[in-house]
Formats: sequence, C-alpha cells, structure tokens
Amino acid sequence: MTSSQLNELSTSTVANVAEVPLWKQDGAEPFLKIENVTKMFGEFTAVDNISLDIYKNELFCLLGGSGSGKSTLLRILAGFESASSGRIIIDGVDMAGIQPWKRPVNMMFQSYALFPHLSVADNVAFGLRREGVARGEVKQRVAQMLDMVQLGALGKRKPNQLSGGQRQRVALARSLIKRPKLLLLDEPLGALDKKLREETQFELINIQEELGVTFVVVTHDQEEAMTLATRIGVMNNGVIVQTAEPHVVYEYPNSRFVAEFVGSVNLFEGKVVEDLPDSVRIRSKEAGVELFVNHGISCAPNQTVHMAIRPEKIKISRNKPEQTENCIQGIIEDIAYMGSLSVFKVRLANGKDVRVTQPNFVRDMGARFTWHEQVYLSWDMDSSVVLTS
Amino acid sequence: MGHGQQCGFDLMSIPSGSAWIDKSASGMARYNLFRGVNWGRLGVIAVPGLWLGIFFFIPFLVVFKISLSESAIAVPPYSAMLEWDLEEAYATFKLNFGNYIYLFEDTFYLDAYISSVKIASVSTLITLIVGFPIAYLIARSKPSMRVVLLSLVILPFWTSFLLRVYAWMGFLKKNGIVNEFLLSTGIIDQPLIMLQTDFAVYIGIVYTYLPFMILPLYTALEKMDLTLLEAAEDLGSRPYQSFFLVTLPLAVPGIIAGCLLVFIPAVGEFVIPSLLGGSDTLMIGRVLWDEFFLNRDWPMASAVAIVMLVVLVLPVMLIRNAQGKEEVHS
Amino acid sequence: MKRRSLFLTITASMGFIFLYAPIIALIVYSFNKSKLVTVWGGWSLKWYSELFKNQQIIDAALVSLKIALVSASLAVVLGTMAGFVLSRMGRFRGKMILSGWITAPLIMPEVITGLSLLLLFVAMEGMFGWPAGRGTGTIIIAHTTFCMAYVAVIVQSRLASMDETLEEAAMDLGAKPSTLFFLVTLPLIAPALISGWLLSFTLSLDDLVIASFVSGPGNSTLPMVIFSKVRLGVTPEVNALATIMIAIVAIGVLVAMYQMRRQTKLTSE
Repeated sequence: MTSSQLNELSTSTVANVAEVPLWKQDGAEPFLKIENVTKMFGEFTAVDNISLDIYKNELFCLLGGSGSGKSTLLRILAGFESASSGRIIIDGVDMAGIQPWKRPVNMMFQSYALFPHLSVADNVAFGLRREGVARGEVKQRVAQMLDMVQLGALGKRKPNQLSGGQRQRVALARSLIKRPKLLLLDEPLGALDKKLREETQFELINIQEELGVTFVVVTHDQEEAMTLATRIGVMNNGVIVQTAEPHVVYEYPNSRFVAEFVGSVNLFEGKVVEDLPDSVRIRSKEAGVELFVNHGISCAPNQTVHMAIRPEKIKISRNKPEQTENCIQGIIEDIAYMGSLSVFKVRLANGKDVRVTQPNFVRDMGARFTWHEQVYLSWDMDSSVVLTS
Repeated sequence: MGHGQQCGFDLMSIPSGSAWIDKSASGMARYNLFRGVNWGRLGVIAVPGLWLGIFFFIPFLVVFKISLSESAIAVPPYSAMLEWDLEEAYATFKLNFGNYIYLFEDTFYLDAYISSVKIASVSTLITLIVGFPIAYLIARSKPSMRVVLLSLVILPFWTSFLLRVYAWMGFLKKNGIVNEFLLSTGIIDQPLIMLQTDFAVYIGIVYTYLPFMILPLYTALEKMDLTLLEAAEDLGSRPYQSFFLVTLPLAVPGIIAGCLLVFIPAVGEFVIPSLLGGSDTLMIGRVLWDEFFLNRDWPMASAVAIVMLVVLVLPVMLIRNAQGKEEVHS
Repeated sequence: MKRRSLFLTITASMGFIFLYAPIIALIVYSFNKSKLVTVWGGWSLKWYSELFKNQQIIDAALVSLKIALVSASLAVVLGTMAGFVLSRMGRFRGKMILSGWITAPLIMPEVITGLSLLLLFVAMEGMFGWPAGRGTGTIIIAHTTFCMAYVAVIVQSRLASMDETLEEAAMDLGAKPSTLFFLVTLPLIAPALISGWLLSFTLSLDDLVIASFVSGPGNSTLPMVIFSKVRLGVTPEVNALATIMIAIVAIGVLVAMYQMRRQTKLTSE
C-alpha cells in the first residue's frame, strides 16, 4: 500500500474534523520530539533507538505488552530515568539534564501514587504549593479542578476513603493542576473495572479536548488505546513497530506482530505466485486454495508471506457462495456465544482452525449454525492484508 | 480481627449431619449442654487469664495495700492493716497515707520523677536522630543487603544487656579507651570525666535501645511506596523537600512506636544509671531500688511504685491504646 | 542524589561503629594479660582459666540456665494460648481487660514488676504458706509472667498474618479442632514459637532487676553475680565471660542465618 493511499484513507475517516491533523501537515513542528532514544539497563536494552514525533493536542497511546519498553520510555519523558543516548525535546527545549521537578511535564501514575497522609484537596494542591502560588489562588484552582473531575464535595477526605474511580480522578486532577504542557499517563484506567473504564475513557477525552493538553498514554489494553488515541505507537522489544491512527493499526497492520497484538486475526502462510501492481495471488497450503488480495506489495518473487484476515471480515454460510475466489470449506468445531456476537472455530480439511465472528442477528437459537455443521467461509479480496514481516 | 473468628476451637460444637439424625432426643440434649460450655475454648482463655490475674494483676493490689501501711521492724517489714483484738472484740483498720504525703512533701522524689522523664525523653530524641539514618539506609538498600544489615542491628540485642552496659564502663572510665585514644591523639591533655555522669547514662540508654528505635522505623520506611517520591518530584518538589513532605510524615507511626519502645523502658531504668551514672543521677527506678534494698522501707517503695504507675505508665498505655485505635480506623 | 547517599552511608556506618565498638573492645581486652584493664600486656588466656575456676560464677550460670530453660518453655505454652486469645477467639466478655493484661508486662518498668511480684509472694506465703521462701521457683514464675507477653505478641502477629483459609480448608477436609491445631496451625506458627522461645530464653538469662527482687538467699543468678562484681569496677574475668556469651550468640545467629539462607534457596529453586 502506498503512502498516498494511506493518507487518503485516513483523511476520509476524520473528515468531520475541520482541519487536517498536524501529523499529516508537511513541515508542522512536533511538540514532543524523541530522537534516537536508547535506554540500557546493564546488558538489557529496554528502549532501542526510538524516534517519534508527537504533536500538540494529540492523545498518543504507546501500546505494548509487559517488558515492551513503553513504561521505560514514559519514565524517560518524566525524567525519572535518563536515556543512555538520544534526545528528548519538549516544545523546543532539550530536556537533557533537567530534573523531574523542573520539567513542564506531569505524570499520572499507574498506582495513582496519592499521598496517603494528605487530604484530597492537599494532594491536588501539592504541585501548586511547590511553585509558591499564593494561598488564595491555590484554593481557587484546587476547587475548580475538583469540580472538573466531579469531586468537589470530597476535598477533605483522605485517599483511603475513596473508591477506585474517585482515586483515579484525584490523580488526574493532581497531575493536571500545574497545567503541564505534556501529561503522561501510565495505564490510567488499568485499575478500574470494565464498566467504569468505559465511562472514564470518554471523560478523559473530554478533559483532554477541553484543556488542550498533549497526552501520552501508556497501556497494554488495545481497546483502551483504540478508543482514546489520536495515534497509536505499537511497541515490542523496545522498538516502535508501527505508528498510525487506530483504524489504520487495526485494518492495515504492518507486521504479524501488530496484526496479532491488536485484535485477533487469522493468518495464512503462503508464497506469492503472481505479483501485479494492484493485486497479488498467494498460493497457501494452509488455506488449501489460492488467495487474492487487491493491493500490491513489494516483495521478492517466491517470498513467503502471510495473509491476514480479521474474524469479523469472514462471511459464513451453509450454501456455497457465488464468489469463486477466497472461498474455503470447513466444519464448525466449536462455538462461543458471547451475547452480541458468536465466535466460531471452523476446522479446514487440512486441520487448520479459522476463527470467525458473526453478530447474532436473530434471536432464535434453532436458526443458527451448530456444532459439526459443514460451512463455507468467504471474504472480499479487499478485506485482507498481506504481511511480509 | 474482623471475620473468621469462629475458627479453631469453636468448631468443637458443630455437629456432623449424621449425628443429628441418629441421636435420640436425650443425646441431642446432652449435645446442646456441651454446646453451651465450650471447654476447649474456655480453657485456652482461662489458663493464661488466670496466670496473669494471679501473677500480674493481684500483685498491684498487694502493692497498693502495702503502700498504705507503715514501715515496721518485722518480717515482713510492714505493719498489718487490719488488727484484731480478740478479747475486746475490737478490730482496728489502719490506713497510712503518710508515704504518699511524704512523697509529695520531699522534693527528692518529685525531682527523681522529673529527672527520669527528662533523661528518658532526651535519650529517646537522640536515639531517634541516630536511628533514623540507619533505618533509612537499610530500608533503601538492596533486599539481600537488608537482611545482613538488619541482623547486624539485632545481633547486639541477643547478647547480654548487662554486659553491654558493662562494656561502656571500660570505654568511658577515666583511664578507659576513649580517654586513652583522645590523649594519644592530642585532642585533649586531661582525661575527660565521662563515667558516672548523666552523659554516660544518655550513651548507655541510646546504645541499649537503639535497635528498638531502628526496627519500627525500618518497618515504616520499608513499606513506603517509592512512587510517592517520584510523584512528589514530578509535582515539583526537590529531594530534600520530598523528604520532609512525604517520607517523614509517612514514617510518623514508626517514629511514635520507636519512641515509645525506647522511652518506656528508659524511664524506669535501673541498671544503666546505677552502673554508668553518678551518685547524683536521679532516676526513679534507682530510687525505688534503694528504698527497697538499702532502706528496707517496703511501704515507701510501694508508694513510689504506685505513683510511678499512675504518673508514668498509665499515660503511656493510653497513648498506645489511642494509637492502636487510630490504626484500626485507617 | 549521590551526595545524599554518601551522607547516609557515613552516618549509618558511624551508627554501626557505635553499636559494635564497645563489644569488640570487650572481646579484645578479655585476652589481655595485664590486670589493668586498659593497659595492654600481651595476649593471654589467663582470665578464661580464672573464670572457670570461679565456682560462684559457674554455679550462678547453672542456676540461670535452669531458670531460663524452664521459664522459656512455660512462657511459650502460656504465651501461645494468650496469642490465640488475642487473635482467634472472637469476642467474649472481659476480652478488652484480658488483652490489656497480656500486653501490659511489656511496658511495665522492671522495678515495678519485681517489687509487686515479691510483695505478692510474701503475702501468699503469709496466707497459705506457699511459696515457702523464695528461690528458683519464684524466679521462674516471675520470668514466665513477663516472657509470655512477648511470646503472645509474636504468636498473635504470626496468626494475624497467616492465611485463615488454610485453617478453613483443613476443617473443610474434615480436620477436628485438635487435629487442625496440631497438623496445620502449629506447623505454621512454629517459626514464631521458636523465636518466642529464644527471646524468652535470652530475656530470662539477661534479667537482673526482677530476679533480684524475687530471689532468695543462695539463689543468685548469673546477672546478679555479674552486677555485684561489676559495680565495684571493671574486672577482666567478666570480660572473658562476656566474650564467651557473645561467641555463643554469634554462632547461634550465624547458624540460624545459614539455615534461613538454605531454606530460601530451596524454596526459590
């Protein structure tokens, strides 16, 4: 896929936003520049030569598993760790040698790190008092901030008298009160239960838009990254594997790692047998048929590639569909009913399992597919992606 | 202790399902009788309870009673409170408040109480100042190192207290090691008089009770979440500010516990002032000892003990209780 | 940051020197040939042989050991019961008072404990004729009383930190209360009992004040003998005695540490 195609695609989906996002404008000055940053712990490379530009008002998510280096990168930005090499530039200022307490950056900790001996209001006021802000102003700004996170009535409580969701909001208020240029959030919703997490996600976006602060969020939860982010940087082994808008990361993963890490995916290994400018034909033993994809790739002839198809992009039917390409036969091996949708495990003749999800259109259980039924699986040729790495 | 209190010995009384079906009515009645009094549980409560009642609680009543009698040349050396005159069928009941009146009239005793509190408080404060850096260093060192350092702190505690105090005598005497060292280096040209002064008593108390200060401090510092310090720095406070704003307030429970653990035994200390202190080092434990062993005035010694109990021990107990309750609340 | 940790290291090192210097000096001077304690007269084992010839010290040491063994064992039994009362007995009438009593000996000045026990023994002798005179028996009672408080607190904190579901699981699998105690609870609190016993043993062996009050004539414990000697000044024999006691404790602690190391290594493997 060419970059112009990509651009076209992303601009069309964010068409409701009046202007073109900064990261698509040529020559736009990034707000946070990470230049070739490497961090070694002894022999172990936690962050491996990362370069990344983040623009003003972005809500950038670093997504990765544990040990991927995402938290280390965040701690380097906050100043708790110093990079072994490379530069961090925030709003045009090089952060080298600037201590955490002097950086225009605040952090919301995963554990919230609320001071247990201070009241909610004193926790929020902590940063302002260190700046020597006048008493009256501190009081006023704290009240304002507590109102914003809907904790106006709880200022006198101690952190251990609050619920998890309330603590999370105190931590947010505390990290925002100094009006930082850059807010770092380490797994901000990780400690909340599912329902609360969903509500808080939108609250967080609203606050970010209202205050116009640039957010960098670290998370291992792909759903969280999808809903929150303007852009996602997927990290693995200290490297950013892909940086793109959420839908691009999901629909056009650039590697097997990203495809498998973000959402679930079916992969078919195969060899390219025909490589035309706008389509490829792949012979795949795993699929048992030849596969067609309607975008070109750049690869060596006879290279082994993987075709990736998301479970929800696959159609499942009892009767043989009309299309002749990208159509395979199998037997339903297992069904998981999940309420809004059902997940099917379909076994192909050669033993490969394919995962298919179908919305539960109808209520009647009898009309649905059942165990050991013979079915056809098919998908459009523009639904799949060919991955060379 | 919130839940699961029915554990252990209470379970004796829970019948198995078949027992309910098989047993006759009288059997069930017997069972219920057994249920009413749970012997195992009662025994476990009663044995230590009785022991403490007899050997810890009643003795105080005895002390109180004897503090109200008069010293006498007899065996035991005090007058009986109740005297029967069988011929006249006449009983005399004598209460002697003289000991207490004397306690408050003679400034010697008052001075001794005040001086005990002063010496104990000052040495508690010094112990805190000496102990804090050590506890802090141990809490912030690598876990493998912590075990070694903690054992080093505790080790002296397992050796005889008396002998450790004695070791300081050799250190502080006129021709002791400290003086020899200072003389040979030329820092002083006259030996310092250190033994048999209040200074030596302070050193002895700090030395003896240092582990009692370090351990609770260490516990408080060790369980502190270090991201709190990062949060403080992130919000603009320098390391020394973070120490006063975060570390110190969070160590307060440890500080209070440590101070109580040092102050309580120090205030009634006898061995340290009598070995290291001078004849003018007034401490109430020593006064009580002398009253008992030298003057053989048991009633007076008892009165000193009762006042000590009311003035020094009770307040400390109340502070401890209040602290315990606060911890339960938070 | 660097400077702060240097400051810490220096103050803490001074603290450790403060803790150990007198002990080390004591050990070194126990090998001093000279009678004058601070004049170095060359290495010698003279004071050790003097010590072993001193029948008074040896008798007192035997008395002290006997008392410490008995009262530590009694204190563990009573203290464990008291620990259970504090942490596993639920509510009952008088619990507040009893838990107050259990921990009170910890904060009672020794002079008061000693005096009050003595007066009790005297009063009891006057009333029931028991205990007839004072000696080893009364010292054992006194030491058990204050040591059991330490054991109770140790056992209580061990029980509090123990996972109660273990006991519940055992009951669920059909363990009777007595079986439960001996097969599950006791092995789990065994480390607390051992440290409680060792602590009681040490405290008993070390006690001067209470023993002085409640002992009778001819029943001097080791601390009482040491105290009467030391009061008159520094004596080289006591240096030798102290060195031996320190050596025993140090060896004991080293063995315990080695055992603990091996245990943790085994579990981590």
